This record gives sequence, structure tokens and C-alpha cells, in this order.
Amino acid sequence: MRKLTVGRLVTYAVLAVAALAVIFPVYYVIAGSIMSPGQISSYPPDLFPQGVFTGNYEGAVSTTAIGRQYLNSVLQTSVITLCQLITSVLAAYAFVFMKMWGRNLLFGLFLATLMVPWESIVLPNYLTITGWELGGQRLTASYAGTMIALVLPFLANAFGVFLLRQSFLQFPTELRDAAVIDGCGHWRFIRRILLPLNKPALMAVGLYVFLAAWNQFFWPLLIGDNASRRTLQIGISQLNDVEAADPGLILAGVTLSILPTLAIVIFGQRFIVRGLTAGAIR
Amino acid sequence: MTTSSAPARPSSRPTPAPAPARPGSRPAAASVLSWLMLLPCVVIFALFIVWPLGKSVSLSLHGSDLFGRPDAFVGLQHYRDMLGSAEFRHILWVTFAFVLLTVIPGVLGALAIVLLLEQHIRGIRILRTAFALPFAFSVASASVIFATIYNPAIGLANGLLGRFGVDRIGWLTDPDWALISVSITTVWMSVGYNVLVLSAGIGAIPTEINEAATLDGAGGWRAARFITVPMLGPQLFFLIVISTIQSLQGFGQIKILTPEGGPEQSTKTLVYSIYHTAFANNASDFGAASAQAIVLLVILLTCTAIQFGVLERRVHYK
Repeated sequence: MRKLTVGRLVTYAVLAVAALAVIFPVYYVIAGSIMSPGQISSYPPDLFPQGVFTGNYEGAVSTTAIGRQYLNSVLQTSVITLCQLITSVLAAYAFVFMKMWGRNLLFGLFLATLMVPWESIVLPNYLTITGWELGGQRLTASYAGTMIALVLPFLANAFGVFLLRQSFLQFPTELRDAAVIDGCGHWRFIRRILLPLNKPALMAVGLYVFLAAWNQFFWPLLIGDNASRRTLQIGISQLNDVEAADPGLILAGVTLSILPTLAIVIFGQRFIVRGLTAGAIR
Repeated sequence: MTTSSAPARPSSRPTPAPAPARPGSRPAAASVLSWLMLLPCVVIFALFIVWPLGKSVSLSLHGSDLFGRPDAFVGLQHYRDMLGSAEFRHILWVTFAFVLLTVIPGVLGALAIVLLLEQHIRGIRILRTAFALPFAFSVASASVIFATIYNPAIGLANGLLGRFGVDRIGWLTDPDWALISVSITTVWMSVGYNVLVLSAGIGAIPTEINEAATLDGAGGWRAARFITVPMLGPQLFFLIVISTIQSLQGFGQIKILTPEGGPEQSTKTLVYSIYHTAFANNASDFGAASAQAIVLLVILLTCTAIQFGVLERRVHYK
């Protein structure tokens, strides 16, 4: 046992204050969401709910479009995550296991796409999604407000390719050779051997893509055209826009919106760390 | 997606020996197949990253019609207008201030937390998870929560200060405070991620190093100062780069907390200005907005290059 020194007391105190500052907003969103309208707007403010008031959740589900927007977000995020896993696995497989001309150059170009900030190319993409025109003639239809517009630009991302390539490179060549000698084709090899052996990397990419897609804001804000077609993130941000908005109802909406990501951060932490620090450690 | 992706660097790892061709499959067939496998990525990148990059440059050289859509070629006019305008200098200044106010507290705060967590305290796992929680919050959810807390009438921030006899602060309405309030929200959002990254880095430091230091009588802060922090070099470097990039791209928190770019444009960063110039209700101008988008691209690439050049030489890589 170590002695309780002044230094350790200071450490405890600073940690306690830091923890309070970091955790407080998390506590407040949940506590505030079960406070009655009278209590949450009382002054000076109350920090502890008096019992559980469910009216905010009932109000959020019945008087706003949050239920519908939840479905939109679930669909959007699932499609993006699934498609990105597929496109990344295919590309990473080609980069690692297929001999082809210009492979390293193309991989370099893939990585270069990560340097381009979305905000500096968002305007042309907006023009693409709302329809190409040439000399007043419409070339393509407008997809503004549709699910296609929400997911299409994000069906592939070089980060997933990069991460899976790193993981596939660890694959023992002897195992691959043995599979090939047994007459194992590409698809069988990918499905039966490669993917099961790379589950941690697939989890990392999947969770990472899920978080990023679920939390998207700029793009869905631009292309969502009416409440029932917006994503959840836009929905909760607009609860806040209403004059004299009900804070309890807003916090209930926010609480509902963070449930999936909270679950991921608490239970999938080790995969997340692996994926998110991949760029930090070479 | 591009916004939040890590700046992955080309791996220095040597590529493995080419895989043996499958029996019966000719090289040409394999080559066609590998291109087919790469096709989905290539199509998406070409359509939504490469082509838009060229189109952004082209848009920035054109004027805009009433609906903000491109019309006549105007050359470098938008760039000349920008460089000569006091408003644009203000925007660049706000952007720079926002980066300083978010990156430094975000990284140093997380470093302090992680070093303190190292002091072998009971319940450390729960605390570490607790510090990671903000990472679960999207920019929209975090901003909405802070908007409620900053609320001038019923918000907690003023309510709690009031108990200590401090006057009400116009968190989002006072030009001196708005950028700080938005930065506090941003720092809070980044702490979770930063703590996760630094914790992973500390976990990777070989225990023998710290044991040797303890034997030599270097404990506590001396060990932290001369061993842990230098060993965290790669993670700190990574966080500084990624936080700077994310700050330069910050949009949601500004749009939600200060919908008009803040009182007296005090939170009007470059990205907010791009959005505002392109989609303002009365004066949509895709040409001018695209010129700003190109400036953003150049700034981001320059920052990344400088940081790699300057910082990486001082970083201790294992």
C-alpha cells in the first residue's frame, strides 16, 4: 500500500474536477430529459430530477418527426456501413493479393483522396446530386432529399481500404498458397478464410464507418428538403431552432439519438481504438 | 466522411511478394478481375472527390447567376475580391483563433487526464470509459446540449454562476464570448477521442522502461516528463495534426450554436463562410464560395505539410 501523499491528493482532486467537467453534459442530457417542464426551467436550476417524468419522450416521439428521422438515419447508416465494408474488402484484397500493373501508384492515389476536405468539394457534389445541366438541358435527375443522395458519395472510403490492407498484409502467405493449391477460388478464399481471420479489422472499420455516418451533419443538412426525409442529426438540431423550444423535449430527443453511439463507445472501445489510431502508429 | 477520416500516410512497409497465380488463371484474367474489384472505389472517388476537385477550381473562376449557379468566366476576380476584403481577413482570423482555442486545450487537457489516470488509482477502467464518453456524441447532439446549457434565461451555465454571485454571461450573444463558447463545446467533443488515443499509446509503452526509471529514483512527474510524454510523441503528433484538420473543418457546432455566424460575425470561420456564401437565402454565390473552398484546401494541405515537416523531426518513434 502506498501512502496518501499530498501529491496523490492533488491528483485525486484534479481528476475529480476533470471527470466532473467531462461527464457533466452526459449526465445533464439524461437527467434533464426526465425532468418535468416546470423543473427544468426553474431558476436557480435543479440538477437532480424529482422522479422520472416520461412526458418529454412521449412528446418527442408524438409531436416531432424524430421517429421517422430515426428510421432514415438507421437506413442511411446501415447502407453506408455495409457498402463501405464490401467496397473496402474488394479493393484491399486486390491491393494485397492480386498482381497488377500500377498497383502502388493507385494505392497512393487512394490515400491522396483522404487529404481532400469534404467541405472544399461539397459544392460540386451538391450540384451533382441536384442534377447536372448543360446549356439549360437537364442531363441527370435531381436526387435532393432522397436516400440515394444521402448515401451515394459515401459508398467507398480510402480509410477503410487502408485499414483492411494493413490487416490483410499480416495474412501468412503460406496459408494463402495452401488454399490456392487446394483450388480455392478468390471468393471462397475471401469468404471462408480471409474475412473470418480478419474480424477485428472488419469490426474496427465497421464501427468507425457507422459512427461517422450516424454523426454526419453538413451533407444531410444541405440535401434534406423536408422534415420527414431528414436524418436524425438534422432533426435534433432543428428542435433547438424553434423559438421557446421545450428543453426537456430537446434533451429527450438527444438522448434517443446517442443511444447507438453510446453503446458502441462503451462496448466496442477496443475495436475503435485500434481503428482510430491506425494512422498514429506505423 | 472525408472530414473525419484520419490522415493515413503511405505505409513504409514493403509490399509482399506477389501472390502466386491461381492454377489455370492467366495473368491477364487476374488483372481484369483485380480492376473489377477496385472499380467500385475508383468510380466513387472519381465521381465524388476527383471530379469535384477540378469542378471547384472551375467554379471559382466563374460568376454566378441569380440562383447561385455558375455563369460567365471571370478569371481570378473572386480571389482578388477576397484578398482585398477586410471581411475575408476577419474570417481567416476567426478561423485561426478557433484552431488555437480548440487544439491546444483539447490535446493538453487530454494529456493531463491521461497522465493523471496513470497514477494507479482504483476504479481506473470506469474512469477511462467515462472520459471516452463524449466521443459518442455527434456534433449535432453535443451542440444541442451545450445550446441548452448556454441558454441565457434558463441555462445551467448562468444558473450555476448565479449561485456564486457571478453576473449572467451572454455565452452565445456576446461577441467576446461566442467563439469561446463554441470552442468549449468543441474541446469537450474532442476530449473523448484524444483520451482514447493517448491511453492506447500509454498502454503500448513497455513496462520495463518505467520500472527502470523507478529503480533510478525517477518517479511521478519526472517519469511523466522525461519518459511518458516523449514516448507518447507519435500519438501527440497525430492528435495535433488531426485536431487542427478537424478544427479547420468545424461546421456543425458553429451552425447550431450561432446560426448566423455569431454576434458581429464573431464565429464566422472559413467553412461557415463557404456554407453561408453558397446557400445564403438572398445572395447565393457558388463562384465566390468555391474560391473560399480552394483557399480552405490550400490552408489544410499547407498545415498538414508544415506539421509533418516540423513536428515529425522531433517525434520519438519507437
